[in-house]
Amino acid sequence: MDFTIPEEIMDMKRTLRNFVDNEVEKYSQQIEDEDKIPQHLIDKAKEMGLFGMSIPEEYGGLGLSMLERCLLLEELGRANMSFTTYIGAHTGIGTTGIVELGSEEIKRKYLPAMASGEKLGAFALTEPDAGSDATSIKTTAVLKGDRWILNGRKHFITNAPEADIFTVIAVTDREKGARGGFTAFVVEKNFPGFYIGTIERKMGLRGSHTAEVIFENCEVPAENVLGEVGRGYSSALKILSKGRVALAARCVGACDKLLELSVRYAQQRIQFGKPIASFQAIQWMLAEMATDTEAARSLTYRVAWMVDQGLPVIKEGPMVKLFASEALGRVADKAVQIHGGMGYMKDFPVERFYRDARITRIYEGTNEIQRMIIANRLLKKFEI
Amino acid sequence: MKVVVFTKQTFDTEAKITLDDQGKINPEGVSLIINPYDEFAVEEALRIKEKTKGEVTVVSMGGPKAQDVLRQALAMGADRAVLITPELEEMDEYTTATILARAVSRMEYDLILGGWRAIDDGSAQVAGRVAEILGLPVVNMVIKLEIDGGRALATREIEGGSEVVEVPLPAVITAQKGLNEPRYPTMKGIMQAKKKPMEKLALSDLGLTAEEVVPKVRALKYFLPSPRAQGKIVPGEPAEAAAALVRLLREEAKVI
Repeated sequence: MDFTIPEEIMDMKRTLRNFVDNEVEKYSQQIEDEDKIPQHLIDKAKEMGLFGMSIPEEYGGLGLSMLERCLLLEELGRANMSFTTYIGAHTGIGTTGIVELGSEEIKRKYLPAMASGEKLGAFALTEPDAGSDATSIKTTAVLKGDRWILNGRKHFITNAPEADIFTVIAVTDREKGARGGFTAFVVEKNFPGFYIGTIERKMGLRGSHTAEVIFENCEVPAENVLGEVGRGYSSALKILSKGRVALAARCVGACDKLLELSVRYAQQRIQFGKPIASFQAIQWMLAEMATDTEAARSLTYRVAWMVDQGLPVIKEGPMVKLFASEALGRVADKAVQIHGGMGYMKDFPVERFYRDARITRIYEGTNEIQRMIIANRLLKKFEI
Repeated sequence: MKVVVFTKQTFDTEAKITLDDQGKINPEGVSLIINPYDEFAVEEALRIKEKTKGEVTVVSMGGPKAQDVLRQALAMGADRAVLITPELEEMDEYTTATILARAVSRMEYDLILGGWRAIDDGSAQVAGRVAEILGLPVVNMVIKLEIDGGRALATREIEGGSEVVEVPLPAVITAQKGLNEPRYPTMKGIMQAKKKPMEKLALSDLGLTAEEVVPKVRALKYFLPSPRAQGKIVPGEPAEAAAALVRLLREEAKVI
C-alpha cells in the first residue's frame, strides 16, 4: 500500500492552498456580510480550471481520478464553505449525471462549457414532500411529440439561482414509481416554462444560494433524457453516491483548517499566566480533533481509491459521508469551545464554520439515510 | 523576445528560523517558496512573452528541491527551465553571480529579469553583479516596465518618488513589489509543466571549477536576534515615577 501523493498533485495542492489561504480567506468576512461571493474570486477559480475537476480531459476538464479530486477538494475545504459549496456542488452532483450517463451528443453539448465554468451545473431531486424519501417526488414529465413537458416544484436546490444547467429527476410513469417510473433530464435555465422560486434564508453557507425550481409546462427536448427513460431513480442514486466521497474530502479540509486555527489560538491565548495550550483539558480536545481529522482523511482516501478501482462502494460511500460530516461536527464544536467567548463571535472564522458545518450532516442524503443504507447492506449480507 | 528569469527558492515568509548544532541556519521542516520578488519577475516575463510571442527561460541555483520553484514558473507559463546545482559548501553573491552569468552567456536572450532582492539573505547584489560581468545595463526596483523595440522603459522607485529610465536591450531589470500581480498556475498548467524541458547542470557543465568561484565573503557566525525583553511599567505619581525611571535607566539598563 503506497500513500505517496504524486508530485504533480502536490503542486496543485500547494497552489490551491496558497489561493485559498491568501486569496479566498481575505474575502470570507465580506462573503458572510454581503451573502455574495465576489465575482473575481469565481473568475480566478475558473481560470485555474477548478470547475473542470470532475470532467474528463476530452471534454475540456482535468480528467482527474476520484482520489486526485479528493486531494484537491481537501484544500478547497479549508476555504469559506460557501465558496467550496459553489464549486463542489457543480463538480459533484451538478456535473456527475452528465459525465456518467449522458449520451456522446449531450456530453459534447454541455460539458466543455461546464468544465470552463462558463456554465454552472445543479442537481434537482428534492421536493417539499420528498427529502430523505426521494421515491415520493411528484414532479411529472409527459412526452408530447419530440418534447417532454415537465410540471412540478423542486426545493432546496443548491446553486439554483446561479446555475445554467440542471439535472432533474421527474416521474414519467406514476404506476411504476421509483422502480422504472422515474427519468433524469438535462434542463437548461432558459427552456420555456422554467422558473426559479424563493431563495431560502439559511442558518449558514451565506454566499451559496439555495432556491426553489419550478416547472410550468417546461419543454425539454427528447434528446435531453439522461440515461434511459424509467431508470431515473437509479441514476439519482448513482449521482449522489459519487458525490459522497467528494463531500467527505471537503469536510476533511474544513477539519484541517479548524484544527490549525485552534492549535494557534490555544498557544496565543494566555489564562492563569500561561497559554491555554498548556492545559490538559485543551490538549485533549486538540488531540481528539486531530485524530478525528486523520481518521476522516484515511477513510476518504480509501473510499476514493475504491471508486477509482471500480469497486462497489454501496456501503462505504455512505460510511465516508457519515463519518466525515460528523467528525467535522465534533471538530467544529471543539474549535468553538477552545476559542471560548471569541469562538461565539462573528469576528472569528470558527463561528462561521460551526454554522456552515451543520448542513453537511443533512444535505446530499441525511446521515440517518446513510446509516440506513449501511445497515441494510449488513443485514442483507449476513441474512439468516 | 527571449527573456531569462532568475528565481531563487527561499524560506516561507512565516517560517520560524532556528540554528542547528553547527550554528548554521536549520532548513529542517521549513516550507519553501519562490522568492516573492522573483515571482513578480516571472509574471512580467510571461506578460512580455504574451505580447511579443517570445520565450521565457527560468534559471535557478540550488539542490533538487529548487525544482519546485522552476516547476511553478513552468506551470505559470514559462517555456523551459535550467537548474544549476554547484554542490559547494560555501557560497556568496560573487559565487552565485559568476555561475549565473556563465549559464546565461550560453543562452540567447534580449532581457534578464529577477527580483530586486531575495527575502532570505536580502543582499540585492546578484542581478547587479551578473549585469556587471556581462557588461549590460541594470535597472533596479522597477515597478513598471515597457518594452519598445530594442529599448526598455523602466519606472523605478527612488527616495520620495519614482524615476523613468530608458536602456538599450539586452539589459538586466529587477522587480519591486507593485510591478504586477502574479497569476496562479492553472491546474492544466501544472499538468503540462511536467512535460516541459528542465535542464540540470553541474559546475563542470559550465566549464567552471570550484576554485574559480571561491566566495569572497565568509560568514563567521550566525546568531538569532535577542528576544524582546518584557516592558516594565513604573507606577506612582508622575514626579516619583519619573525619578524611579531615571534611576532604573541609570542603574539597571545602564543607558544613561
